[in-house]
Amino acid sequence: MVLNCKHVWKEISNYIDGTVPPELRDSIEQHLANCRHCAAVLDSTRNILYLIADERTFALPVGYSERLHSRLQNAINTEEADP
Amino acid sequence: MGCGWFPTGQWSRLANVISNERSAQSMSKDSPDGRDKGLIARILGGERELFHELVRPYEKSVYFAAYSILQNEHDAEDVAQETVLKALRSLHTFRAESKFSTWLVSIALNEARGRLRHERLIQFDSVDAIPDEDSGDFTPAVISDWREVPLEALERKELRDMLRKAIRGLPAMYREVLVLRDVQDLSIAETAAALGVNDGVVKTRLLRARLMMQKVLAPQLNIGRGGLLGMFKRRAGGSWF
Repeated sequence: MVLNCKHVWKEISNYIDGTVPPELRDSIEQHLANCRHCAAVLDSTRNILYLIADERTFALPVGYSERLHSRLQNAINTEEADP
Repeated sequence: MGCGWFPTGQWSRLANVISNERSAQSMSKDSPDGRDKGLIARILGGERELFHELVRPYEKSVYFAAYSILQNEHDAEDVAQETVLKALRSLHTFRAESKFSTWLVSIALNEARGRLRHERLIQFDSVDAIPDEDSGDFTPAVISDWREVPLEALERKELRDMLRKAIRGLPAMYREVLVLRDVQDLSIAETAAALGVNDGVVKTRLLRARLMMQKVLAPQLNIGRGGLLGMFKRRAGGSWF
């Protein structure tokens, strides 16, 4: 199967997730081997996903967990006092 | 090709391995799902203190589910707390055929949407809902080369702010999917269940969300000689697709 750039872009998200069928994956990789633009689109998309998945990008507010469990404990105590 | 952190072919094979491992794990008695169901039975039996243990692995997911909609740390934390309390009160209604984590995230999403409606900001979501999910071509930023961005660069506040701003700029329907799937690492099926849509809708929104991020961020990150200092120039906007 010969793919053009638009076909590759439409499948790029599924390709990153590894959910494209083997035959399509081979065709995509054949295209990528010969198209530096699509290879750069793939690499940039994939690396941006790495950056946003990094814990330093989206950190929880300081003390979030403590406040959450403190409030939860109050609710549990109130429940027990007033079942 | 393959000038990023992983060569292209290796990445897809790695993704398959991770996917298979996750599938195998989900069927194990020691899986998070099995652990949760055991805890839930004990909590409903009267051991209420165990609710702390039940929600602890998911408190981050709850926060970011709320944040994906509210885009405000204070409101997201408030909604996360409300979500956990609501889950405690209504745990008896939880149906074992779904995952507890998915149920919890669904509550967070609904609570956050409720908060947004209450604050009369929902009109922004209505505008966001306009894009037709099934039609239209999309054009990523076509760049001739991709300059690697080392993870150490995340220490720079400017880069983190740039990433957050790009996510904030997404229409809500795409932002929610991206945060659940790519920030929180939920599976496609888990994301679909949390949002109450099917897998195909998640995949379509995810494709668009990822390419929107690429279109905004790649040109800014791909400044050759200027290094990371040069990447903060705002590229002129344009239509996504």
